Amino acid sequence: MSPRERVQELQLRYAHAIDDDALEQWPGFFTAEGRYRVIPRENHARGLPACLIDCRGVAMMQDRVASLRTANIYNIHFDRHLLSPPLVEAPEADGTVRARTQFLVMQSDQSGVSKPFATGVYLDVVELGGDTARFRERTVVLDSYGVLELLATPI
Amino acid sequence: MKLADIPVHAAAPADPLDGFRWPTDDFTRTPYRVFTDEAIYQREMERIFRGPVWNYLALEAEVPEPGSYKTVQIGNVPVVVSRNMQGEVTAFVNRCAHRGATVVRQEFGRAEGHACIYHQWNYDSSGDLCGVPYRRGLNGCGGYPKDFKPAEHGLQKLRVALYKGLVFGSFADEPPELLAYLGTNIVTHLDRIFVKPLKVLGYHRQRISANWKLYFENIKDPYHAGLLHTFMATFGVYRSTQKGHTLLSPGGGHAVVYSVTNTDSVESVVEAYQGTDNKYQTDFALQEPGLLQWSPDFHDGIGNLIVSVFPNMVVHQILNTFATRQVRPLGTGAMELYWTYFGFEDDAAERTAARLQQLNLVGPAGYISMEDGEAIRLVQQSITGESRDATSFIEMGGRGPIVDADHVVTEVCTRGLWQQYARTMGFAPEAAA
Repeated sequence: MSPRERVQELQLRYAHAIDDDALEQWPGFFTAEGRYRVIPRENHARGLPACLIDCRGVAMMQDRVASLRTANIYNIHFDRHLLSPPLVEAPEADGTVRARTQFLVMQSDQSGVSKPFATGVYLDVVELGGDTARFRERTVVLDSYGVLELLATPI
Repeated sequence: MKLADIPVHAAAPADPLDGFRWPTDDFTRTPYRVFTDEAIYQREMERIFRGPVWNYLALEAEVPEPGSYKTVQIGNVPVVVSRNMQGEVTAFVNRCAHRGATVVRQEFGRAEGHACIYHQWNYDSSGDLCGVPYRRGLNGCGGYPKDFKPAEHGLQKLRVALYKGLVFGSFADEPPELLAYLGTNIVTHLDRIFVKPLKVLGYHRQRISANWKLYFENIKDPYHAGLLHTFMATFGVYRSTQKGHTLLSPGGGHAVVYSVTNTDSVESVVEAYQGTDNKYQTDFALQEPGLLQWSPDFHDGIGNLIVSVFPNMVVHQILNTFATRQVRPLGTGAMELYWTYFGFEDDAAERTAARLQQLNLVGPAGYISMEDGEAIRLVQQSITGESRDATSFIEMGGRGPIVDADHVVTEVCTRGLWQQYARTMGFAPEAAA
């Protein structure tokens, strides 16, 4: 597969895992030291560092999954991630590539009513060195930073 | 009946709310209709947010330079907070004095003045009108009447008061003196946090499908925190068994709720949480405990502190995170919660990094706050069909006088909120008014 195809495959597997409520798989899409951030676009644009979620390393992502499964109480919902094809830059010397991808997450409640929940752009740094492509960084720049109710599961 | 016997009502009909009274004078009951009634909502906008209160507007650090401005919402009124070219913080309604268009369209910015796009009325950085096009007409045609005075057509101004970097605004002609309005307990705890220049770290915004007062009730109620927010209970960030205090302002509408970490034992916790739905899970541990590593900013052991000021301000310290939260009503059944996170200008890089990491705990995605939006949404959802007389039940901590407590197993601050609310709205029982 081409770098672009490998990036897209990783992104699709990530999206399907979340939408199928296989949250335990989510940290596995990252390198051990990988970074996952959800940052409001207004902060990102003004150089303000505050994020909604900021996981530094797989252990923090596993903690988030454990907390969602055992401690936190949030709206019962189903997500559906819709992705654009990734815009992929040429691979760098260390085997990483940068990609930009637009997303829309629809959220559905238990009565089967679906609403647009989140939209924005993924800014990814993907490691292609090994057999499996993984995110070294996944920054979710959130256009819809007026968060509807709350943000529990990852975008 | 003769025609002459039919009464003619020339006067305006009486406001049906004039007869509405709180059901109990100890404020242990709140009529659910205050969360759903449109007429009550409209009266709140007028009598509370545009009434004799101080609203929280912004941090001075958000408008640091001459011309810096920020748009906010007070009640249902759009307001601009602007540091004028003379360096003073001002606030004015963001509605053109000509035909009502929004004048300042950006959330943040810096400008010497503001022009309405509709007909180019020009205002300076204090909201005063400084020029209008075609004032004398064009080629002898049109123009404003000779008695048109720009000084009479500025943007509507709020009174502004500053305290330690916090900006407050009031629509009242003669608002109470700010420190008297806040009261000793609030001032003491603001003094504790606002000790030096602030550095803004960013914003969270949350749209909750609930009445704004449900959030204000929630924030004044320390009793829910150890039960709803399991993450806190489990990791000891906050438990109702910890030493804590519940402090009120003179009118009851403001509150300070705090707890001191490491002041309880495992045994007392296990006992206290018996009978709850597995809220205290002693075997649950973080793989990355750094999230909860706290290096206190102050030396009083307070790990969790919430200051709330009627009608729209919350200030929090949770471990090393600091934020203000502005409560913005959006109709009877919706609100925006606007969080401004800050540290201090002289924070070292590691201290800023620790604050940013702990933001995982707070805000709409936070481990210890995401439940609040869900809980109050559930209230709003299920009271919508209630009868007009239905009320909530607020007796944890007893029914007595609304006074400070040296613990957090109480809803007394919630009763205090309803006391100040009912008096401001003209709903207080006759005996307590």
